[in-house]
Amino acid sequence: MQNLLLITLLVISSLSLSSKQVVLGPSSDSQEEIQEALIDLEPGDVLTLKSGEYFFEDGISLDVDDVIFEGSGINETILNFGSQVSGAQGLLVTSNGVTIRDFAVLDAKGDAIKVIGADGINMVRLRTEWQGGPKETNGAYGFYPVESKNVLIDGCVAIGASDAGIYVGQSQHIIVKNSIAQYNVAGIEIENSFYADVFDNIASHNTGGILIFDLPDLPQQGGHHVRVFRNKAINNDTDNFAPEGNIVGEVPRGTGIIIQANSEVEVFDNDIYGNGTVNLSIVTYGYETEDENYNPHPKSIQIHGNRFGEGGFDPDVETGELASILFALSEGDMPDIFWDGILPTSQLILGQPDNEKLVMSNNGDATFLTLNPIKYMLPFFDPVERDIAEYDGEIRPLPPVVLN
Amino acid sequence: MKKTLLVCLILSFIDFIYAVNDDLILEDKFPKKLSSFSFFQDNGAQSPTEGVLPYELISALFSDYSYKQRWVYIPKGEQASFRQDEVFDFPVGSALIKTFYYPMDERDLNLGQRLMETRLLLRKENGWEAVSYAWNETQDEAFIKKAGKTILNEWIDFNGDTRSVRYRVPNKNQCKECHANNDAMSPIGPKARNLNKVFQYSDESINQLTKWMKLDFISTVSEELNTPVDWNETNHLLDERARSYLDINCGHCHSSSGAANSTGLYLNLTETREKHIGIYKKPVATGRASGNLKYSIVPGKPEESILLQRMISTDPGIMMPESGRSLSHTEAIELIEKWILSL
Repeated sequence: MQNLLLITLLVISSLSLSSKQVVLGPSSDSQEEIQEALIDLEPGDVLTLKSGEYFFEDGISLDVDDVIFEGSGINETILNFGSQVSGAQGLLVTSNGVTIRDFAVLDAKGDAIKVIGADGINMVRLRTEWQGGPKETNGAYGFYPVESKNVLIDGCVAIGASDAGIYVGQSQHIIVKNSIAQYNVAGIEIENSFYADVFDNIASHNTGGILIFDLPDLPQQGGHHVRVFRNKAINNDTDNFAPEGNIVGEVPRGTGIIIQANSEVEVFDNDIYGNGTVNLSIVTYGYETEDENYNPHPKSIQIHGNRFGEGGFDPDVETGELASILFALSEGDMPDIFWDGILPTSQLILGQPDNEKLVMSNNGDATFLTLNPIKYMLPFFDPVERDIAEYDGEIRPLPPVVLN
Repeated sequence: MKKTLLVCLILSFIDFIYAVNDDLILEDKFPKKLSSFSFFQDNGAQSPTEGVLPYELISALFSDYSYKQRWVYIPKGEQASFRQDEVFDFPVGSALIKTFYYPMDERDLNLGQRLMETRLLLRKENGWEAVSYAWNETQDEAFIKKAGKTILNEWIDFNGDTRSVRYRVPNKNQCKECHANNDAMSPIGPKARNLNKVFQYSDESINQLTKWMKLDFISTVSEELNTPVDWNETNHLLDERARSYLDINCGHCHSSSGAANSTGLYLNLTETREKHIGIYKKPVATGRASGNLKYSIVPGKPEESILLQRMISTDPGIMMPESGRSLSHTEAIELIEKWILSL
């Protein structure tokens, strides 16, 4: 018995030497208390917020490596930024090896949770939400890791972002799983990023469900190696409420998945239905750019083993050009999968290398539409092609993402 | 003889009191009170200790119309070294000290002032660290505020109008948001080019770089400094004034090595690519801050330029810079508006 006591004491003292747990509850001075606690953490420490609602006038931030910042549940610990008067986001994380989990960030004036330049960030069982429903005045992003490595988003919920609920930008080695994105303009967006696995998520009632994008003139571009599997990209039916000027402002209501630019993207084993404009769209970056290092064309895209359901029944011709072009081309018979068919000029003449070709296999009775650019330029030819069987081919599976 | 000894003793005692506490600059923990550093001889932090030298920048960062007084401290016998287009490389043990205050009445500065905070950048063994001390009501001591502080203040401006501000003392992390360069903390202001002007010292009026050389703070600077203009001086070219303002107010984050490099918008003085300066540049992750506009800068159309609209806004989800400002900088807005019209 005495031995046990001794051991217990030793364990407690060694724990207290190496790390500490700070526990805070709601108070009238949560802003200063929590911010000070976040600053005073040391590597190995844990800051725990009890159940309750915490109110902030300014953003809060964390800049200590290897710590845990946690609440007591996605519906139990609420960080409310509805009265925020300064700070461009709710919570900002700028350090490495951080885990944040089990709380909600509500009504931030800008982004809800931004993580910049981190190596190792685990976002687990968190919720970001704008409670007034989809509105142009909501913040841009729910989850916004950027310029980061080893990014995990697991079991999170993102609601009401005026750009993307879950947005990973200019990052590498990314896993987004078991998460729900609803009533955002874009549900989940992977942009200018390398090595991302997006799986077991539900993206529904957004304008567009899952977006894999690449944009020019940025420090990291040429997005590649993105796997999108076992997701439900379904019933995306919210009118586009993004402020103009943003790339997602072009996304028509009722888009399941869009792949724009990027290379080595594998989309498989997803349920994709209930998207009124198009279930899956593969497109070239649509604006002129002088960036010589930028490739605007999607290449090495593989689409296989997905289950497509009803789509294209309510095309959003008000937003962008995609829906109206598609409606005209298809003469109202909207496809499940659309590829704009645009290739680099050299490949129009010499042909596309086999390993860069679009492959589509085993997608049930999914319908397809593309444009043949050569026929498009010649008179008397109908450029529209709809035979999906021509794209059948061997799948070269991409390797899974492993986080460090 | 005895008398001389006594005077010597008293003098050395005074010297002992009014010497900067070098050890404290290097210590891991920050003291609770600003006075512990002995950067100043008086409690109101107005007269610097010997070795603490005041300086001014040619073009300064806007901080809600607060006034700023700056000092530099370099340990005796040490030197800072010149780096082209960068801040001086200060030796370990150096300190940059900046006090933010509001005059009671801008029309008559003799009517007194109210101190807000004194920010320190301390050059420790492992690099720079930032900390801020907020002044108390009685204005005789400043206390460390790691989590930041909000101070409500009023003052009378040049026009005789009463102005009010919700002044924010930044928290330790917010210091880094602006001062991080390639992930390391770094000063922003004291580049040779920003110091290249005449300053009225207590004993003489002389170019600051010359003074620093006289005092052996530095040994040399290049002749090609790319000296910016004071954006406030209307006799300079509009383009130079605008770029100078954007450089000091935005360029520390908006550069290819700054905290905002993921935006692709680079407003530092040495950027020359039109797209990256913002001309017909589309926003990347701007969200509602785009204000329904398509480009950062549309030449000739300030009302369609996101950059200007974000300078005008005071909504935390829209405004730029993200921190350190709660009021619009009317004079700078006029300048940037004219500049965009001229493009």
